[in-house]
Amino acid sequence: MDCVAGNNSAVLERPTDKKTIVRDSLGVGLAVGALGLSFGALAVVAGFSVAQACALSLLMFSGASQFAIIGVAGAGASPLAGAATATMLGARNGLYGLHLSPLLEVKGLRKLLAAHLVLDESAAMSMGRKSTGEARLGFYATGISVFVLWNIATLIGALATKSLPDPAVLGLDVAAPAAFLALLAPRMNSREPWIAALAAVGVALAAVPLLPAGVPVLVAAIPALLLGLLLREPVERQEVSA
Amino acid sequence: MWTAILLGSLGCYALKLAGLSVPKTWLENPKVRRMSALLPVALLAALVAIQTFGDKDSLTVDTRTVGLAVALGAILLRLPFLAVVALAAAVTAGLRLMMG
Repeated sequence: MDCVAGNNSAVLERPTDKKTIVRDSLGVGLAVGALGLSFGALAVVAGFSVAQACALSLLMFSGASQFAIIGVAGAGASPLAGAATATMLGARNGLYGLHLSPLLEVKGLRKLLAAHLVLDESAAMSMGRKSTGEARLGFYATGISVFVLWNIATLIGALATKSLPDPAVLGLDVAAPAAFLALLAPRMNSREPWIAALAAVGVALAAVPLLPAGVPVLVAAIPALLLGLLLREPVERQEVSA
Repeated sequence: MWTAILLGSLGCYALKLAGLSVPKTWLENPKVRRMSALLPVALLAALVAIQTFGDKDSLTVDTRTVGLAVALGAILLRLPFLAVVALAAAVTAGLRLMMG
């Protein structure tokens, strides 16, 4: 979408255009791909075959769920427990769908394909955009770049297993939170997102020692849901402040 | 193992599809709209916190905290997205190298 001269919101927001969005999406794909290397390696170490590791990345395609299933199976739990844990962690993607559904407005086959691309990264890259078109571009470009690079990386990681360096040495474990923080920043433009974010951080960190890995993030959805339910209507607030 | 992989994948996909299939009339409700706007903010903020401070089932302050602080500084300086990510990773890696 073109910037309209004299449009205040266009001046205040960070300048973005389609090229920037695609470039950033590829960058996210590369950072996530690096994590995919370690997923492939860890899956093989946990006793999965190369084909099974690749099947997880192709079919499950959800980082948290994939690490959970190899963790649970690696610890010797039943396959059903592994599947249940992975599904529970996938609930986060269902919640992103709630945000993405009105943006994407997809139907039929397109919806079946778009659903597969719903991820932390693609949802994040659709946020804070100036137009629906840019939001959709952020979602699809990121979803596709992460899908391609995550799967290639899983294969390489699984094949290379033991010769692979620890991604932590390269600081890559900080790439994801740094990227999410950068994507959150333009959304923190009023009181509501600040309250939601701070409450979520508090709840999630408090839950870390109490709940199994992956669940604290889900629990962090509760304050956002409550806020959405309980806060006064925006119309009312405008009248109060006027 | 294949059973777990296929069942888990099916479950994950069903949840993604369910999220996208919420009836349109629901989304016209202002409360649902606000929830759907706040949810990704909350989930991503929680992810940032846990990926930075979480260490299995405890919390810790380590080199990742410095990396995230660098990212925050870069964001406040309005550096481009990729520079934010690269700086955070590079500073974290450098610190780890120095600390052995």
